[in-house]
Amino acid sequence: MQKIIETFSLTRRFGSLMAVDELSTCVYENEIFGLLGPNGAGKTTTIKMLATLLLPHAGRAAIGGYDIVKNSYQVRKVIGYVPQMISSDPNLTGFENLLIFAKLYDVPPRTRLKQIEEAFEFMGLKDSKHKMVKNYSGGMIRRLEIAQSLLHRPKVLFLDEPTMGLDPTARKIMWEHIDKLRKDYGTTILLTTHHMEEADKLCDRIAIMSFGKVSATDTPINLKQSIGKIDATLDDVFTHYTGSDIDNATNFRDVRRTRRVAKRLG
Amino acid sequence: MIMKNAFKQVANFIAKTFVIVELELRKLLHDPSELITRAIQPTLWLLVFGQVFTKTRAIPTGNIRYLDFMAPGILCQSVLFISIFYGITIIWERDLGIIHKFLVSPAPREALVLGKALAAGARGLSQAVIIFLLSLILDVKINWNLLNLLGVLFAIILGSALFSTLSLIIACLVKTRERLMGIGQLITMPLFFASNAIYPISMMPGWLRVIASINPLTYLTDATRSLMLLEATSANGLLLDFGVLSVTLVVFIWIGGKLYPRVIG
Repeated sequence: MQKIIETFSLTRRFGSLMAVDELSTCVYENEIFGLLGPNGAGKTTTIKMLATLLLPHAGRAAIGGYDIVKNSYQVRKVIGYVPQMISSDPNLTGFENLLIFAKLYDVPPRTRLKQIEEAFEFMGLKDSKHKMVKNYSGGMIRRLEIAQSLLHRPKVLFLDEPTMGLDPTARKIMWEHIDKLRKDYGTTILLTTHHMEEADKLCDRIAIMSFGKVSATDTPINLKQSIGKIDATLDDVFTHYTGSDIDNATNFRDVRRTRRVAKRLG
Repeated sequence: MIMKNAFKQVANFIAKTFVIVELELRKLLHDPSELITRAIQPTLWLLVFGQVFTKTRAIPTGNIRYLDFMAPGILCQSVLFISIFYGITIIWERDLGIIHKFLVSPAPREALVLGKALAAGARGLSQAVIIFLLSLILDVKINWNLLNLLGVLFAIILGSALFSTLSLIIACLVKTRERLMGIGQLITMPLFFASNAIYPISMMPGWLRVIASINPLTYLTDATRSLMLLEATSANGLLLDFGVLSVTLVVFIWIGGKLYPRVIG
């Protein structure tokens, strides 16, 4: 298997806080790789660095062979990114959101409409494409955001907490779409989550993150077996590797942000 | 080969700029109500302030009636007032997460900034339409020559772009809407009063003239006034006016492009 993302001692601080601490890991082509950890573990900072939004303070990383700092322009061409917050414009229709991005990513005019159509179809939004995004449901907005990130057929797609604020039904639909995305388009997906169930169901491999460091990386099954407990859950795995419960690791700021996104998604 | 590449880059830059303009115009078309509410302030300035001061004859404006002198000044003032708070949309888009997605795209950041700036120009033009309509009603002696009208159009787009980019730069530095509102309010009045918008520079004390001479609003008003009115002439010369505005805009876009990614940090 070919490595498509590689990080070497990737580090980022915010003041005295070490957000990502010498992270070295890799993601293989066509896999769904999950960064699992509580809010504040450094997942979003890692994704932001890989998506060229934040500069690392030390270490380096490459995507598809391109260095994220030296070749950021090439990196941007091969990645798609759906941030934790809402990134589709609520004051436009779904179609307009996709049209603008198709133009921004140089999707050729001849195939533009066809590709937009296909993206709507793929994410199950065909009937709502001319609705204003502010009238979409939470699950629909998330799917639209992914549709928007797919237009230029990225090799790697970063999904930062793709199911945050969604109800269980919308979450399941989202999982199906993410899985289909990998199968149909061969997209490599790096997602962050703090839902154990999500990581378990969706990811080929999981990296457990806490306080900016990765404490273990493996398939969900191997991780469960590694702690030597029969019937272990990923919760047990997380506690084993980080020494704390995932629920106890969040603070006021994280709760406020999560609730804000949840509120916006309705 | 180098020429071809440079040409391609310029074409790409222009194309991406206009994608952003298209985006902003589409949003404006979905909800044009802000254009209507924004018509109120310049109307009040011209109808109330302008008419009263024309009667008092307190401000010497040569052979031009005061109301005529003031009309282009109020147009430029409303361009400033609208544009200087444009950064609030940037902060709103940052809070939502929209900006993140644009910054991850391969579009040059300066093109993203210039696109926003030119879209602010479209909002500025709506003010021009209102001022021209009011001027008709108030019998302001307007120069209807097509070239002059196009000149006013160009000046207003340039001015709106310039002040909205200044606002974007401030937004990227202060990062919260409260601070941006504070700074916006802090600088609009000095910019307005230290300019030739509602009284000629010749009336100002020496120290204020110095400030007025480095104030972009002065150059914007000078150009707009001389192009819009039949009897006005440019004090600085149009070349200097447009030169100062263009160079300032280029510098602001360059700074804005560098600072834009910082707004998400």
